[in-house]
Amino acid sequence: MRLVRTLGVAFLAVLAACQEKKQEAAAPAPAAPAQTAAAPAPSDTILIGHVASLTGEQATFGESTDNAIKLAIAEANAAGGVKGKKLTLKTYDDQGKPEEAAVAATRLVVQDKVAVLLGEVASSRSLAMAPIADNNKVPMISPTSTNPRVTKDGDKTRPYVFRVCFIDPFQGTVMAKFASENLKLKSVAVLRDVGNDYSVGLADFFEKKFKDMGGKIVADESFKAGDQDFKAQLTAIKQKSPQMIYVPAYYTDVALIGRQARELGLKVPLAGGDGWDSSKLYEIAQGALDGSYFSNHYTDENPAPVIQNFVKKYKETYGTVPDALAALGYDAANVAIDAMKRAKDLSGPSIRDAIEQTKGFQGVAGNITLDADHNAVKSAVVIGIKQNKAGYVTTVEP
Amino acid sequence: MTEFLQHFVNGLSVGTIYALIALGYTMVYGVLKLINFAHGDVYMVGAFSGYYLAQVIGVGSPYDPNGPGGLEIFLNASLVTLGAMMICAVLGYAIERFAYRPLRQRPRLTSLITAIGVSFLLEYGFQLAPVIRRPIQFPPGPSPRFFPTLLARVPYEFLGVNTSNYDLIGLGVAFALMLGLQWIVYRTRFGTAMRAVSFDPQVSGLMGIPVNRIISGTFMLGSALAAAAGIINAVSRPKIDPLFGLVSGLKAFVAAVLGGIGSVPGAMVGGLVLGAAEEFVAGYTDSSYRDAIAFTVLILVLLVRPTGIFGRVTAEKV
Repeated sequence: MRLVRTLGVAFLAVLAACQEKKQEAAAPAPAAPAQTAAAPAPSDTILIGHVASLTGEQATFGESTDNAIKLAIAEANAAGGVKGKKLTLKTYDDQGKPEEAAVAATRLVVQDKVAVLLGEVASSRSLAMAPIADNNKVPMISPTSTNPRVTKDGDKTRPYVFRVCFIDPFQGTVMAKFASENLKLKSVAVLRDVGNDYSVGLADFFEKKFKDMGGKIVADESFKAGDQDFKAQLTAIKQKSPQMIYVPAYYTDVALIGRQARELGLKVPLAGGDGWDSSKLYEIAQGALDGSYFSNHYTDENPAPVIQNFVKKYKETYGTVPDALAALGYDAANVAIDAMKRAKDLSGPSIRDAIEQTKGFQGVAGNITLDADHNAVKSAVVIGIKQNKAGYVTTVEP
Repeated sequence: MTEFLQHFVNGLSVGTIYALIALGYTMVYGVLKLINFAHGDVYMVGAFSGYYLAQVIGVGSPYDPNGPGGLEIFLNASLVTLGAMMICAVLGYAIERFAYRPLRQRPRLTSLITAIGVSFLLEYGFQLAPVIRRPIQFPPGPSPRFFPTLLARVPYEFLGVNTSNYDLIGLGVAFALMLGLQWIVYRTRFGTAMRAVSFDPQVSGLMGIPVNRIISGTFMLGSALAAAAGIINAVSRPKIDPLFGLVSGLKAFVAAVLGGIGSVPGAMVGGLVLGAAEEFVAGYTDSSYRDAIAFTVLILVLLVRPTGIFGRVTAEKV
């Protein structure tokens, strides 16, 4: 009996180990089917890999980016593909965890042999993926990771990692300037997510610029993503009577912080960065963030034709207005496609050289020229929240 | 002064949750001498059960002028809470029956490791992609869910301190449950049997006490309390996800040790003291030490007074 039981347990263990984790994008795209083969792509198609947080704390980021990438690929295929070949997309869900992002990136690069790696939107996860792209000589384009360390390893620029958005030294400055010049504020409190590279970096850059402009940081508190109770930090902040609280974190935590701040009687506006951009922010906050501001990459209210065309197409395909994540995902995919067209062949180093030479590329979220550090130099917009809805306030140039 | 009071009130609010979960830890330890590490995840399952129940019975928003009236709100809230408590009681029974009972004759370390295994099973099981989609999406997957508002929030302010009916109701319900538990343990036959089994399971069995049934009953009671904690917490802090029980469970364990593991009033006091300590430290010093305070307290308690605040120092009679 004991032998049978031991064998049974051993059999289950072997079964669990052999079980291949199938992690695919949730809903198939309407025009471009995602290929589900586990073998390397056949030679008449080009495989693009995408690591996205389709579930987890920042689920809307991954969904928006993935939808936009699918749209871009569908359009490129409709226009004839690249070098006569069709493009296909393989997306893995990293559940919002950096370890999973590294696993997904390795799988895409080593097992699926993708030509280009797109992702991730969050800096901490892009940082996990960057060494894998470099070591395997596969170009990686991040749509929205803004921490400078994603493309720079110490003093060296990472050869295979690029991004199509601005970086946090600029983004921190944007909000510092807005608070100081537009809102004329002198004292601000900062509440950062201490476990998150994006949040810590952005908070540091904001503080530096705000102090340079003559403002005072009256409190610097921290929390961990996933915390449910922020009242200790908010009570301490309330005692220092700031005129605004800068919370450069992701939308789930920010919305809860907003609610708890109002519950404690803190009526000052909050401010933040592009991590706020999600439809869920308003759903959760339910008015607690009215009067607050955040910096972002683009606004769908911009009347420029290239933006409105994109908004229209995205709305027709997916039924919602695209957020900045979608806009930049679209741009990242298009930059990759454009580079593959210009590259002399489809090997990693050639595509990388072509991406490096991207200049004046007209993207939805602005004009993309990659500088020596593989970052895009772009302007930022400030979005204000009124009556639980976003509204464009102003643009800030670099 | 207002800051001190505000931190104190926040601490009581957070401490109530720790206290309720600690009650489950303390009872199971008292009866089985087993630290049920899966208890924090039972708390998580309780919150999710409430979430699913609220979806199934279709709880309307209490802020909606055309929504449910006062009586219906009260009935919905009670139904969700009691339903979640019953679901978790069944879960507690199942865990005890299938994971702990077969190992009762083995060394205590084996049961401890199994407890950790059950904890992982619950956490990662709940993070799988949904298998059934109607009427509820189960398992919920790793994305956080938001608990519906069961009661309208009424803010209260006194002496500059902001609190709300959520905190008061939570504290009230917790006290009521603790008093109920004290009554069960000291005034009913079941409670006497529980105390007998915690004293010596073998001899209790010889005296005619159905030991298995008493132990199952203890687990069910503890799990129901964890579910109540889950609902109370989810009403004021609505974000729930499969991993959120882990940290709260660990802190509640520290609270149980602080109050004296095996003592019911000890668990309550330990929970409130730990909650207040956490808020004071996080508020007055660097708030990134917030989680560290619980474990510092654990180390200090074990060094200075291992039996806890209410624990009795029992001399081993040879």
